Amino acid sequence: MSRLPDGRYVDDAPFDPQAALQELERKDLDAPNWVLVWRKFKTHRLGLISGIFLLLCYLMLPFAGFIAPYGPNDRNGEHLYAPPQSINWFHDGEFIGPFVYPTVAEADLETFQWKFVTDTDDPRKIRFFCEGSEYKLAGLIPTDTHLFCPPEGTTLFLWGSDRLGRDVFSRILYGAQLSLTVGLIGISVSFFLGILFGSLAGYFGGRIDWVINRVIEILRSLPELPLWLALSAAVPSNWSPVAVFFIISIILGILDWPGLARSVRAKFLSLREEEYVRAAEMMGASSGRVIRKHLLPNFMSHLIASATLSIPAMILGETALSFLGLGLRAPAVSWGVMLNDAQNLASIEIYPWTAIPMLPIIVVVLAFNFLGDGLRDSLDPYQQ
Amino acid sequence: MIMLRYAVYRFFTMLLTLLVVSVMIFVIINLPPGDYLSNQIAELQASGQSAGVAKAEFLRKEYALDRPMWQQYLIWMGFFPGPHGFEGLLQGNYGWSFEFDRPVAEIVGDTLWLTVVVNLAAILFVYAVALPLGVMAAAKSRTWVDYTTAFVGYLGLATPNFLLALILFYYGHRYFNLPIGGLMDPVYEGQPMSWDKMKSILVHLIVPTFVIGTSGASAMMQRLRANMLDELGKPYVETAIAKGMAPSRMLTKYPLRVAFNPFVADIGNLLPSMVSGSVLVSVVLGLQTIGPTLLTALKTQDQFLSAFILMFVALLTLIGTMISDILLVMLDPRIRYEGREA
Repeated sequence: MSRLPDGRYVDDAPFDPQAALQELERKDLDAPNWVLVWRKFKTHRLGLISGIFLLLCYLMLPFAGFIAPYGPNDRNGEHLYAPPQSINWFHDGEFIGPFVYPTVAEADLETFQWKFVTDTDDPRKIRFFCEGSEYKLAGLIPTDTHLFCPPEGTTLFLWGSDRLGRDVFSRILYGAQLSLTVGLIGISVSFFLGILFGSLAGYFGGRIDWVINRVIEILRSLPELPLWLALSAAVPSNWSPVAVFFIISIILGILDWPGLARSVRAKFLSLREEEYVRAAEMMGASSGRVIRKHLLPNFMSHLIASATLSIPAMILGETALSFLGLGLRAPAVSWGVMLNDAQNLASIEIYPWTAIPMLPIIVVVLAFNFLGDGLRDSLDPYQQ
Repeated sequence: MIMLRYAVYRFFTMLLTLLVVSVMIFVIINLPPGDYLSNQIAELQASGQSAGVAKAEFLRKEYALDRPMWQQYLIWMGFFPGPHGFEGLLQGNYGWSFEFDRPVAEIVGDTLWLTVVVNLAAILFVYAVALPLGVMAAAKSRTWVDYTTAFVGYLGLATPNFLLALILFYYGHRYFNLPIGGLMDPVYEGQPMSWDKMKSILVHLIVPTFVIGTSGASAMMQRLRANMLDELGKPYVETAIAKGMAPSRMLTKYPLRVAFNPFVADIGNLLPSMVSGSVLVSVVLGLQTIGPTLLTALKTQDQFLSAFILMFVALLTLIGTMISDILLVMLDPRIRYEGREA
């Protein structure tokens, strides 16, 4: 930095006016599409936060067993419907790290409820990286180390315990494994069917178009839930939970594709007449190749955004089905199965914490909505 | 005249759709292996009660369950003579419920029109809420009005409505003394219509209407807001403002009319999800609609009962969609036979 006689400061670095003239006015005109999309998406604060949150949620799934202090079906017969325990840091004004006070259940013979008495004289420290019940990390590696465990001789129910004395917090973590993946599997099925039928209808037109269009109209005009109910009632009750889970997600996907197929078809109809499609056909590309290499990439990102927006419907669908007892069944753990316990007013009034699984449902559904909105807004980077 | 022709055309396409739907429903209902009677027969044989077996066998013959599938379907619909001649849905015979051991018509009876009432109330609620809020949110976009409605709308979309039902019921009862469960006081059940019964039903309708309508209202509100915002940026709005028109009059006179079209057309998308919602909410709240009956029927494989209810639900949505299509043509002279896609 040097100072000119008239008091201005000038950078000493060499400057080539010719190069400055040749440089592109906006660097982003050269950037690949995904960089532009990412740049625009970053400005959509809510969408970005939701995306990161969902990413963390999905990354957490394989480690649910590690984070959860209890197993999904560990029962604690002496603590049925135990209320949430709070984690404290100070005992009698003295810092001793995270601890809980032990609780003891006493039967109230007037209301026939369990009353939980907290012993506030006896702080018990929470253990970290400790041994608990066995589980399989990522479904593969058997281990029994947990991130944190209840103190010796007492319990740690962060969000209370349910009807059978199982830890609600741990079950929510395990439930996420099914509840969150239902949407992904369902959307894959719906994506596959939607693109298949949508592109068939849009590309070939004519009679195929007519038939597929009628099917789409019929499926869209029917109420989904009764059909979901009827289809899942058809799942034999002696199937294993895993099989039921897959079938349920496929059922959710089968009834969801018409919306996607419609938008795919509309895109195809408008893109079919473009010159580059004609050129590809002239050069002898097969219909399959034209669809896959020339047409689909044009609006794949758009499809992904709309798929993101329809995942919440599937998560809510699974919840509703399981809630009614026609979806996943115990011993499988999902948020809907857990809410099955909170089905009546009595439990909402007396044991409000059994309805806690609704919180992750609402948060995840909201996050998917915001993420989808953000993606949709940023997919067209040249638009201001 | 053109209108009438369109209405007739639309009516026939609806009938055709209904026919396809009936096949679909029949197939879905018959997907699970076995049927109610064969399960019962197996159970009775296992416990050695031969008298019951004879009765079940008799019922199987009586309702043509021993015939091939395609014949069963045709008999059920009333296209094909059954054991007692033509007796199907077309002839007004809805079949027999094995689970309740009564005719289907008797079981569903009252619940059919109550279902219609609940859904109509929910639709009215959606319009009554979404219209003013959507317009407000657009007119005052990027202010606290807009953000509040958007927040409430998102929350309405994200909360599973059966939970909303439970929570609203609890607090509605606690703070406003709204009745819990059911669609009328038990006193009025089975009684003829009277003024008091009407009042009782209306009070009981408040929470269900709110619950069923919320998600639909949020979706519609967002769409109306987006449409209005598109229109508000156009030059004719600027002209109107420059002329010195009062804002409220300007809004309702020009942009709202244009933005209103999709509002009516949307009922075709809205109705199926609302009927779905009403089935679920009815189960949770114990409303006397067909929802709870459908659930029991499906769980026990009571095939005639569940098939009839599914058909009724489908008919309800198809009629609603048809009405919205015809309304749309009446509202917008630009749209003709092409239907909703135009």
